[in-house]
Amino acid sequence: MDNQYSIDINNLTKIFGDFVAVDGINLKVPKGKIFGLLGPNGAGKSTTIRMICGVLTPTKGEGKVVGLDLLKEGEQIKQHIGYMSQRFSLYEDLTVLENLKFYSDIYSLPKNISKNRISELIRMAGLEGKEKVIAANLSGGWKQRLALGCALIHRPRLLVLDEPTAGVDPVSRRIFWELIYELAVQGITILVTTHYMDEAESCDEIAFIFKGSVLAKGTPEELIKDRKGKNLEDVFISYVEEQTGQKVNSSFAEMKFLRGIEEGDGE
Amino acid sequence: MSLQRLVTIIKKEFLHIKRDKASLAIAIAMPLIFILIFGYAVNTDVENIDVAVFDNDKTLESREFINKFAKSNYFNTRIYTSNIDKIEELIDKGEVKGAIIIPSEFSKKLKRKENPQVQLIIDGSDPTIARTALQSGVLIAKMYSLTKQEKDLKKQGVFSNKIGAVDMRTRVWYNPNLESTRFTIPGLIGLIMQNITVMLTAFTLVREKEKGTIEQLIVTPIKSSELILGKMIPYILIGSIDFLIALFFGTYWFNVPIQGDSLLLITLGLGFVICALAVGMLISTVAENQLQAMQMSLLFVLPSVLLSGFIFPREAMPKLIELAGYAIPLTYFIKILRGIILKGIGIEYLWKEVVFLLIFGIILLTIASVRFKKRLD
Repeated sequence: MDNQYSIDINNLTKIFGDFVAVDGINLKVPKGKIFGLLGPNGAGKSTTIRMICGVLTPTKGEGKVVGLDLLKEGEQIKQHIGYMSQRFSLYEDLTVLENLKFYSDIYSLPKNISKNRISELIRMAGLEGKEKVIAANLSGGWKQRLALGCALIHRPRLLVLDEPTAGVDPVSRRIFWELIYELAVQGITILVTTHYMDEAESCDEIAFIFKGSVLAKGTPEELIKDRKGKNLEDVFISYVEEQTGQKVNSSFAEMKFLRGIEEGDGE
Repeated sequence: MSLQRLVTIIKKEFLHIKRDKASLAIAIAMPLIFILIFGYAVNTDVENIDVAVFDNDKTLESREFINKFAKSNYFNTRIYTSNIDKIEELIDKGEVKGAIIIPSEFSKKLKRKENPQVQLIIDGSDPTIARTALQSGVLIAKMYSLTKQEKDLKKQGVFSNKIGAVDMRTRVWYNPNLESTRFTIPGLIGLIMQNITVMLTAFTLVREKEKGTIEQLIVTPIKSSELILGKMIPYILIGSIDFLIALFFGTYWFNVPIQGDSLLLITLGLGFVICALAVGMLISTVAENQLQAMQMSLLFVLPSVLLSGFIFPREAMPKLIELAGYAIPLTYFIKILRGIILKGIGIEYLWKEVVFLLIFGIILLTIASVRFKKRLD
């Protein structure tokens, strides 16, 4: 039954010129789960996500997203997914309320539903009293919760988050993840990329992506057990070391450039 | 196409415009400033050309002759000199555009019924000034000679109206005084409209690309036609206001009355605004960033100044260049503007231009919609 997966993609490939950004990725994301994509910068996480959301056209491959064909039913898929890109991509010169209202109208929500949904999302994001603030004047954490609000306005079945917490303070990060859990409890599937290992460990399943392909996937516990690491960070580093053949220094103290400075100072 | 989504985009664009008051002020002030600057600057009526006078004769007759030049409005005979080298120096420096040299025997020769030679030197580096100086100089001398001859003939009992000659009666239609503003102002209104409106839309989509907001729009069910049209409509309003400002100031301030149907002119102007906005929109779908949009706009705007026949007659251009003018909507609109404002003609003579503009608008908008595929790659 393919209905148990919110995302089911096969051999998805994206080539820019002669650079293979994503090299035949296969992913199955079960419904209602939080699925994390991990990998170093430039591994192809964002490109994969953008193909799933229909922002980029795959060079090769196929798949189903929310039960619809990725290549043929791209526009229908858009009714059911919420997307938050790496960059803040709401209108900075519009207020909090204007941004929410704009997206609710774009998704053609009826007036009464839209009104309720907006006040509900403002409460959820903790943006009460900031409705008339111009988005540009919000700080990082608020901006990110507003973006989440806009991505959820049409009650999507799948929420796709591309490094949602990059550059956000620890408290805002905690608040944000509490919201994510709540959404997952409500049955929304969540696909998220992150560089924070604590965030990755709270995912139901994760996949390691390196140079455009999936190296490993499973629950965080499975992956840690497999690689005999202490935590996910060890697993992550061991995968990168294995692939690049280079030793990654495990602690800052071992780093040569830091010691170099000390020696230089001693002279 | 969903009307609701279209209205949503229109409302959002108005919010952007409202928040960016400086841009709005510039968009509204631009036609006014341009009409004033261009209206005064683009003037090919040459008057009061400074000339030096070197009068070797210094008689009543020579002064009378010089006076004819001074009174003609074409020449300004302020500088007198008695040195041939000084004349060269004055022309080199650019203080005068020409010189009149009268020989010492001027009045004596006239009295002896001989033909004294007067020299008119003209600085030919600016052909427009030189041509005017040349033609009016020759004409003034001819007129002077003619009246002189008539007087002499009268003394001999011969009346000029008894001699057979062609009596040419000229009549210049549409612009009897050949004022160049009558010619330039209608074209100017078109040119200004094109430049402002192309720039208005050239940035709208690019800005969304640059700020990343397009990515969020792409994941929504919005259609490209809704986005393109929704972004156009607010600017159609601004463009129309601009057109009315340009039309009002151009015609009232520079006293170029509209001979034809103003309502027809305004309707067709609206059509042209849509056409020019579509050009801007197309630029916006092609350009990757605002700098590129700016460069592409200039690439379009600058040649159209010349190719549309705004200043230089297209009939005088090489065939290929003349044909290139047909690819520019402004060419048709300038014909419409001149036709209605100057000649007072109606749609019965202008329908071809209207059809071309219509085709242009539809093609451009279709290409813009198709080109913008709601993808980032």
